Amino acid sequence: MKRRVFLQLLGAAAPALTFSGRLFAAPPGSPRFLLVFLRGGYDCANIVIPYSSSFYYETRPNIAVPKPNGQDGAVELDSDWALAPILRPSIAPLYAQRQALFIPFAGTDDLSRSHFETQDSIELGQPTQGSHDLRSGFLARLAAVVNDSCPISFTDSLPVCFRGDSDVPNISLKGVGKPVFDTRQAAILADMYAGHHLQQEVADGLELRQEVGRVMEDEMKQANRDAITPKGFELEARRVARLMKEQYRVGFIDVGGWDTHVNEGAAQGALANNMDSLGKGLAAFSQEMGGEWRNTVVAVVSEFGRTFRENGNKGTDHGHGSVYWLLGGSINGGRVAGEQVKVDRQHLFQDRDFPVLNDYRSVFGGLFATLWDLTSDQVQRVFPGSSPTTLQLV
Amino acid sequence: MRNIAILAVAGAMALPAGAAASSALSREDIQWLDRVTYGPDTATLNEYQKLGRRRFLDEQLHPGEVRLPPQVNAEIGSLDISHQDGAELLAYVNRENQRINAIADDAQKQAERKALNDKGNKLAYEAARREILRALYSPAQLQEQLTWLWLDHFSVFQYKANDPWLVGDYAERAIRPHALGHFRELVMATLTHPAMLQYLDNAQNANGHINENYARELMELHTLGVGSGYTQQDIQELARILTGVGVNASGNEPKLKPEWQALYRHQGAFEFNPARHDFGSKTLLGQHVNGRGFDEVEQAVELIVSQPACARFVSHKLAVYFVSDNPPPSLIDRMAKTFQKTHGDIAGVLETMFKSREFAASLGGKFKDPMHFVVSTVRLAYDGKPILNTHPITNWLNALGEPLFGRQTPDGFPLTESGWASSGQISRRFEIARAIGNGNGGLFDPEDGTAATTTGFPQLSNRLYFTALEPFLSANARTALNRAGSQLEWNTFLLASPDFNYR
Repeated sequence: MKRRVFLQLLGAAAPALTFSGRLFAAPPGSPRFLLVFLRGGYDCANIVIPYSSSFYYETRPNIAVPKPNGQDGAVELDSDWALAPILRPSIAPLYAQRQALFIPFAGTDDLSRSHFETQDSIELGQPTQGSHDLRSGFLARLAAVVNDSCPISFTDSLPVCFRGDSDVPNISLKGVGKPVFDTRQAAILADMYAGHHLQQEVADGLELRQEVGRVMEDEMKQANRDAITPKGFELEARRVARLMKEQYRVGFIDVGGWDTHVNEGAAQGALANNMDSLGKGLAAFSQEMGGEWRNTVVAVVSEFGRTFRENGNKGTDHGHGSVYWLLGGSINGGRVAGEQVKVDRQHLFQDRDFPVLNDYRSVFGGLFATLWDLTSDQVQRVFPGSSPTTLQLV
Repeated sequence: MRNIAILAVAGAMALPAGAAASSALSREDIQWLDRVTYGPDTATLNEYQKLGRRRFLDEQLHPGEVRLPPQVNAEIGSLDISHQDGAELLAYVNRENQRINAIADDAQKQAERKALNDKGNKLAYEAARREILRALYSPAQLQEQLTWLWLDHFSVFQYKANDPWLVGDYAERAIRPHALGHFRELVMATLTHPAMLQYLDNAQNANGHINENYARELMELHTLGVGSGYTQQDIQELARILTGVGVNASGNEPKLKPEWQALYRHQGAFEFNPARHDFGSKTLLGQHVNGRGFDEVEQAVELIVSQPACARFVSHKLAVYFVSDNPPPSLIDRMAKTFQKTHGDIAGVLETMFKSREFAASLGGKFKDPMHFVVSTVRLAYDGKPILNTHPITNWLNALGEPLFGRQTPDGFPLTESGWASSGQISRRFEIARAIGNGNGGLFDPEDGTAATTTGFPQLSNRLYFTALEPFLSANARTALNRAGSQLEWNTFLLASPDFNYR
């Protein structure tokens, strides 16, 4: 965000603010990237199901998702993998249109199996070994190497991945009302922080609040025409799309509730319900992006997978390898991508978890390079010391 | 601005005769009190001036029996959670669930289930209400901050399992009595409390049905910290040690083999059931643990809390909360030394911290988290006049993202500025500042729904303000206050100012 301009406007107490959305709208056709972080370690093996593995059915006597069976049950992705039936109406159609792909055995070499440690280390995006700069996240570094990236986080607080030298604005779109400050009041508040180290945050926060107020007005107008108003994550995802379609090109959002130690369910149940809401939200996002969907890539990640075997309480504990998703209008989808091994006991990591064969830094480094035509030097600035892979994702 | 002057005079006149001689307090005094308390009110200032800093700190570290203002005491006394303990409530909710499950009529079943849930949520609200009233009015301000901090450190989530029925008991019996006591007792009190056993699933951890959720977080979040040297193997071994540590609210002891009967333990709704325990031998942090029942748990906790890593981890947590987002290693060293020398005496570790050079050098530099922001605001705006309704406060804390008993993940809320001062959070805070400055927001509407008999308006330009804030205001804040076009704006700018948002 061009906060100098904004501050000048505030300082002059201009009668009407000109919002950066109009001043700096992204040119059509430029890439968009949204990172969706499933916090808690989602049980990927019950969402992208290794149905050709008898070991899967042996080790999950209570929670395995049944094999694909025609129009019911899991959705066949290829001869080894199937999609959870709960995602049949939302994500399966995208896969059929080659606008979705899945990368199993994905993740990080961080082995702490701690939610918080692993989330932070992924968001920092630095080599696991050695010392870390805790003030530098990989999306902030990406935003710095991409021209006019207009980064934004759709969260209540600023995530680690957006930590960096310049402020990245954040706002949760779960529930937002009308802005409460008029221009004069906003200017006085901003002036009060002139010279303070929070000056940027204050200016960004006041500005974004006005911007989102405008988007909400559009939504109200639409709601007056539509009979059904979306709720929950779908509503939020539609709002995200409106902001990203217009202006912001590197976005982040997180979704919680995946830490299923107890009674996670199988084709139906707690995990499936949470997934249903996610899937519907992402499908809504793809629609709401309209023509820009073809320039958009959504990546769905989580800090780790869970134990391959179910635990003593019909749930799963913290594991290692996960399954990442990519969605987008122009991705090379309709397939299960990346390096794979047979899913059996012999190939488990520490006789417990999916191994990680597709390192997130390599995967995203390769993706960003293609998406924005980055030089290898730029990729190294985003993921220092990484070796980007070309999975021909886009 | 004439109305502000009038309000200021009215505020001054409302104070009892013999109130603090304001001239004696320096900026540094106020900043010191901003850390040791939730922000000073007039009663705090009087006490501080009467006792002097050394004795004031001593009383805060060793509060003894705490005397709340009579009206607040009566409000807390009237809560349902003040009359029923967690075990009774858990037994009640289990009985009710059984009864409701047996109801044939679906509509009736649903209605009764909803009524039961509403009741549970009301109790969780009461628990938050009690915490807020104490934070606002307890003279033992340090004890209240520590209670909040440990509730956050040993975080439980009110929406998990039966926890709405238990969070009040958890705060009152597991946390507050040990807030300034020994860390080991605190760990044992949380380890054996049904709220924690349910929240982190150890209630379901049994021999042959291992659930390692609690074992992991006990070492990672509660005692040692990730990367301190324990391994995945240690987590699995600790999970085995913790098998059988669970919840039983029925009041009926399980039928046990004779050799197990002496090993059975039961207190309130906490139970150690030997029939669910893995009696094999274990190795934890390099030490052999002989399989013998609950004594293994005592041994494991003793072993864990006596690790140097635990002394450092806990000292660091305290210093981040009270001193700085990046506390100096020299300070952590000394605090950890005190921790080890005193076997985890929390008051002792705090004394080392409060009397350090590093603490003195850090004053005024901590960004207030939402709890500090909201509580200090109300303490300033209504200086000692007890509020009647805490719903506005729980709403403000929700809106700011730091509700009591409302952290879903077990890591607790952030304690550093970067966790609360993003652009979105600051603009939200300004909006809440405006809401608080706009009127009493229902703080004086009785909770029982009867008509309000007292009114209150946020008297921010009161005598307390002229003693504790006005003399030290920054030029930027002064300019903003001078640009205010109404009392509401003036209140908003003051509460939104950098001066007020740091402690």
